[in-house]
Amino acid sequence: MSILDEVRSGKEDIVEYAEECMQKAKGIDREYRYFTAIAEESAIGQAREIKKNFQKYRGKRLLGVMVSAKDAICVKGVESCAGSRILKGYRPLFDATVIERVKREGGIVIGKTSQDEFGFGSFSVNVGLGFPIPLNPFDRGRSCGGSSGGAAGLARKADFPHIALGESTGGSIAAPSSFCGVFGLTPTYGKVSRYGLIDYGNSLDKIGSIGKSVEEVALLQGTIEGHDPKDSTSLSHPHEGYKELKRNVKGMRIGVIKEAFSDAVEKDVQKGVRSGIARLEEEGAVVEEVSLEFPIRYSLATYYLLAMSESSTNLARYCGMRYGQAGELKGNFNEYFSEVRSKHFGEEAKRRIILGTFARMSGFRDAYYIKAAKVRTLIIRHYRKAFGKYDALASPSTPLLPPKFTDIEKLTPLQHYMIDVPVVGPNLAGLPHLNVPVGMEKGLPVGMLLIGDHLQERKLLEMGMVFDGE
Amino acid sequence: MDIDRKLIESVAVVARLRLTDREVEKFLPQLKDVLEAFSSVQEVDTAGIEPSFHPLPLKDVLRDDTPAGCLGQEDALSLTPHKKDGYFKGPKAV
Repeated sequence: MSILDEVRSGKEDIVEYAEECMQKAKGIDREYRYFTAIAEESAIGQAREIKKNFQKYRGKRLLGVMVSAKDAICVKGVESCAGSRILKGYRPLFDATVIERVKREGGIVIGKTSQDEFGFGSFSVNVGLGFPIPLNPFDRGRSCGGSSGGAAGLARKADFPHIALGESTGGSIAAPSSFCGVFGLTPTYGKVSRYGLIDYGNSLDKIGSIGKSVEEVALLQGTIEGHDPKDSTSLSHPHEGYKELKRNVKGMRIGVIKEAFSDAVEKDVQKGVRSGIARLEEEGAVVEEVSLEFPIRYSLATYYLLAMSESSTNLARYCGMRYGQAGELKGNFNEYFSEVRSKHFGEEAKRRIILGTFARMSGFRDAYYIKAAKVRTLIIRHYRKAFGKYDALASPSTPLLPPKFTDIEKLTPLQHYMIDVPVVGPNLAGLPHLNVPVGMEKGLPVGMLLIGDHLQERKLLEMGMVFDGE
Repeated sequence: MDIDRKLIESVAVVARLRLTDREVEKFLPQLKDVLEAFSSVQEVDTAGIEPSFHPLPLKDVLRDDTPAGCLGQEDALSLTPHKKDGYFKGPKAV
């Protein structure tokens, strides 16, 4: 009988068990720096509340499961900064909808995980001023990917029942899941409420789940999704639940994206992903190559123009007035706002604010922001057309194995952005996608990306089950 | 499109950021590099194409117009040191 079964049956004291899990989490954090805040007091408080009202929680989906939340997801009373110093000290007065649902189902929220500041990065090295950079679970001299780096690293290292909540704007679940060798599901845009998520880009942000198995990912995903009247972009589709998932690949038509295997993709990654595709074929999938030249060529520019434009408006709210960091009230409004913002935003945040503000400014708006939104329409059409023929599309999740920090330092911002080529397309089109760990090369994990049509998460999870436990 | 020091400084003013000389020097070539690469969207023919501000078509999903509870005044003011007589206190407007 597993420890979780004992907790669920009431044989194991849930408070003692939660205390033990928190000790383990703190030990992992000392070595790998996956947390921005450890919520020990509230987690133990939650365990006590479950113990007191055990009958109410008996049989709940997440009973006894430890859940971590990316720092951008608001947890009541727990410091939530989206990895930025400008929000240091901010303790939300409410829970995000996903947190409310996790708690209602008996999940225990253990803390906030490290990320690039506001999600601005692919390696979790663009953390806010004063935040530590999380380390890869396989090699501490390498990146664990970003921006949900702490979430994916913890999902790999946790030696207690744990699932992570991540968030993806342009690939921030798939990339770190690939670098950390775990399953990471980014759902269809709008399937999970964004209420209580500290925004990066409103038309792109999606909360999703990261775990060691498809079963774990499905368990958390089934808990958090479903319509929420508090989010006007929330879809009103029936709640899925993902119960009775079964390995299902036979007869599935899989299009392997030709342009995603260019020379820019490391040979080791190509080899690992090809072996994953061969594995699906062995299980009965019908595999063929498909050209998606247009999305691969234009998604990166389109994504960054839109994401930076949206983020530059979102970050306008941080001005030292109502929450987060404040300064001494001197000078006029503009002087005060500029002072606080300039002091607390990190370098990448400033770069994106400048680029995004520029792309929306009078005189440039049509040429950049509106143009990118039109190209987005065409990108979505290309994907939709492909899904007329295929159940899923396959590509590498990242073009490289987890890089060393010393190599990342040499990248220019543009080279840094280019790492996102495989993942920005499905994010722009709001398509669900799953990182599947397909094996190891040179002692480091390789991730394959399975992309599905809107609302086809179940199909992706059932295909991903082929790699469960491998 | 010429990206120069003057343009970056004027965008920074709009964005309420005060950049140091070092930051401007550092950002200038980087922003040029990025904007040049992202200008590739200009080569796409988008005549007659509507922009997508969301990936999926969204229906009108407004809630019913019924009053409900909201954040209390004390709670709303609890996260800032700048308050006076039950209001937020801001810097001078003029």
